[in-house]
Amino acid sequence: MNLPAMRAIYLFEMARTRRTLLQSIVSPVISTSLYFVVFGAAIGSRIDEIDGVSYGAFIVPGLIMLSVLTQSVANASFGIFFPRFTGTIYELLSAPLSYLEIAASYVGAAATKSIILGLIILATAALFVPLRIEHPLWMLLFLLLTALSFSLLGFIIGIWADNFEKLQLVPMLVITPLTFLGGSFYSISMLPPIWQTVSLFNPVVYLVSGFRWSFHGVADVSVAVSLAMTLAFLAIFLAIVSWIFRTGYRLRS
Amino acid sequence: MTRNDQQGARRRPGSAIAAPMQTIIAVSGLCKTYASGFQALKSVSLDIHQGEIFALLGPNGAGKTTLISIICGIVQATSGSVRVGGHDIVAGYRAARSLIGLVPQELTTDAFESVWATVSFSRGLFGRRESPQYLEKLLRDLSLWERRESRIRTLSGGMKRRLLIAKALSHEPQVLFLDEPTAGVDVNLRRDMWQLVRTLQASGVTIILTTHYIDEAEEMADRIGVISKGELILVEEKAELMRQLGRKRLTLQLQQPLPAIPPALAAHRLERSHDGSEITYTYDTQGEGGGILALLEDLSAAGIAFRDLQTTQSSLEEIFVDLVKDER
Ligand SMILES: Nc1ncnc2c1ncn2[C@@H]1O[C@H](COP(=O)(O)OP(=O)(O)OP(=O)(O)O)[C@@H](O)[C@H]1O
Ligand SMILES: [Mg+2]
Repeated sequence: MNLPAMRAIYLFEMARTRRTLLQSIVSPVISTSLYFVVFGAAIGSRIDEIDGVSYGAFIVPGLIMLSVLTQSVANASFGIFFPRFTGTIYELLSAPLSYLEIAASYVGAAATKSIILGLIILATAALFVPLRIEHPLWMLLFLLLTALSFSLLGFIIGIWADNFEKLQLVPMLVITPLTFLGGSFYSISMLPPIWQTVSLFNPVVYLVSGFRWSFHGVADVSVAVSLAMTLAFLAIFLAIVSWIFRTGYRLRS
Repeated sequence: MTRNDQQGARRRPGSAIAAPMQTIIAVSGLCKTYASGFQALKSVSLDIHQGEIFALLGPNGAGKTTLISIICGIVQATSGSVRVGGHDIVAGYRAARSLIGLVPQELTTDAFESVWATVSFSRGLFGRRESPQYLEKLLRDLSLWERRESRIRTLSGGMKRRLLIAKALSHEPQVLFLDEPTAGVDVNLRRDMWQLVRTLQASGVTIILTTHYIDEAEEMADRIGVISKGELILVEEKAELMRQLGRKRLTLQLQQPLPAIPPALAAHRLERSHDGSEITYTYDTQGEGGGILALLEDLSAAGIAFRDLQTTQSSLEEIFVDLVKDER
């Protein structure tokens, strides 16, 4: 293991975050605060409690998931796409580094960023609504697994994309719709039966549901299923990444 | 190779040159066909000696960058093998790559990084322990120390080129690849660059450079390789090439055609043109001189008069152009 090299990449990526603090931390926090104002305060005051939880508190886990998902993908995809785009990837490829070390460093940095972001949003939310976390360790576990899985997905997208358009495509066309329809702002049980069934095909539902359970102790689907699904994502994305490594896909011509 | 070995090797300046030639890079039967189906390298075999400066010449698109990229691990070979310091570049990629520093042809840098950060990053990437002293010396040597806090995008092209060299040297490699180091570089900087290369060589670093400037190869290289259309068509000691280069030809247009070279002139080994109207004398500029004078005396003694004369000298450039033209 070339640990110093992994550390160098990790710190380099974290330094990039500090440089782009506004874009990577401040803007998600502001947009989340806006959600709270609109959904929590304005609309939420007219919505009954869901499963015994006030609407404002109910949407907190979903909002965190929303940011963690999108930011994991955005950070990791950009992190590896950028050196490919500028050509500085030559240095990574000529360094005594395995693919695994490259991926672990970028994914690790992206996941770290989105976990920090998730915790910041959690703290922001606590300013707006009274919060109670019933299963803090599970909360952290779900946060970690989700951040890792979707940073892996971002890494895959960053390697697959050969232009900026493609880089934005998957997040815009797939991830955002799935997260919005994944029960971030509502309980699946509020939907007509047919849409409840459709929702079960949306992977994000399981992530949000499990995460919400760790906060409020109530869930749309059982926690075991949520955990299994989260792990399944992790496994799928790991498999794709390892395939990329075996073939050198798009990294080495 | 352990870190200590590497440093040990570098502490004996010039030792590699004095020692019997050792191969540091062995390329054998290297082929590369790009995904587009284009065959960029056709079974290239080449040994690079430890401590030498090797210049790779060749027209645009000949495959120079491709060859370097394969050795450095950026491009995968289609077939063939490369060993660096005895380590296979695939099976022993960590050990092989640790020995190599690469300055790419394109000025590719992280525009928003500072000079210091990017050089430190490069060193870390190669798994070397932090060494601010070494990096300071490196940046000073490359006249970048004053600009260490500057963002890379604020540097001039020549500074960026030097920065790329600093990045390549940041991990104290034993082999340095310079892919067209002096493209777009002014005369002064070019001289500085040559000086730097010599200093590096004196510290035991093996250097492989590509260039389109033949005078550069002439000035710098111990050996020269010419690559054309993916094939290595010549590898030669520069001294040997220079010996050919040092040849001058004196051609005399005679007033009267000469049916045969008189025996009195045999010692000069003259060549007679087909119709006898010209004779050509080949001589060495590096000495064994006095030849022309003696020839002219002997000619007048033999009663041979000429109406005009011209001398020509084959340059490395000519040799190169000839070689590459034949290939086309
Ligand atoms: N990624 C690639 N895909 C397809 N063809 C490529 C690729 N990279 C290089 N080539 C082709 O391979 C050939 C050799 O390219 P290479 O860059 O090695 O040449 P070079 O000798 O370095 O030329 P130059 O002096 O212009 O730098 C060229 O014809 C080039 O078009
Ligand atoms: Mg080139």
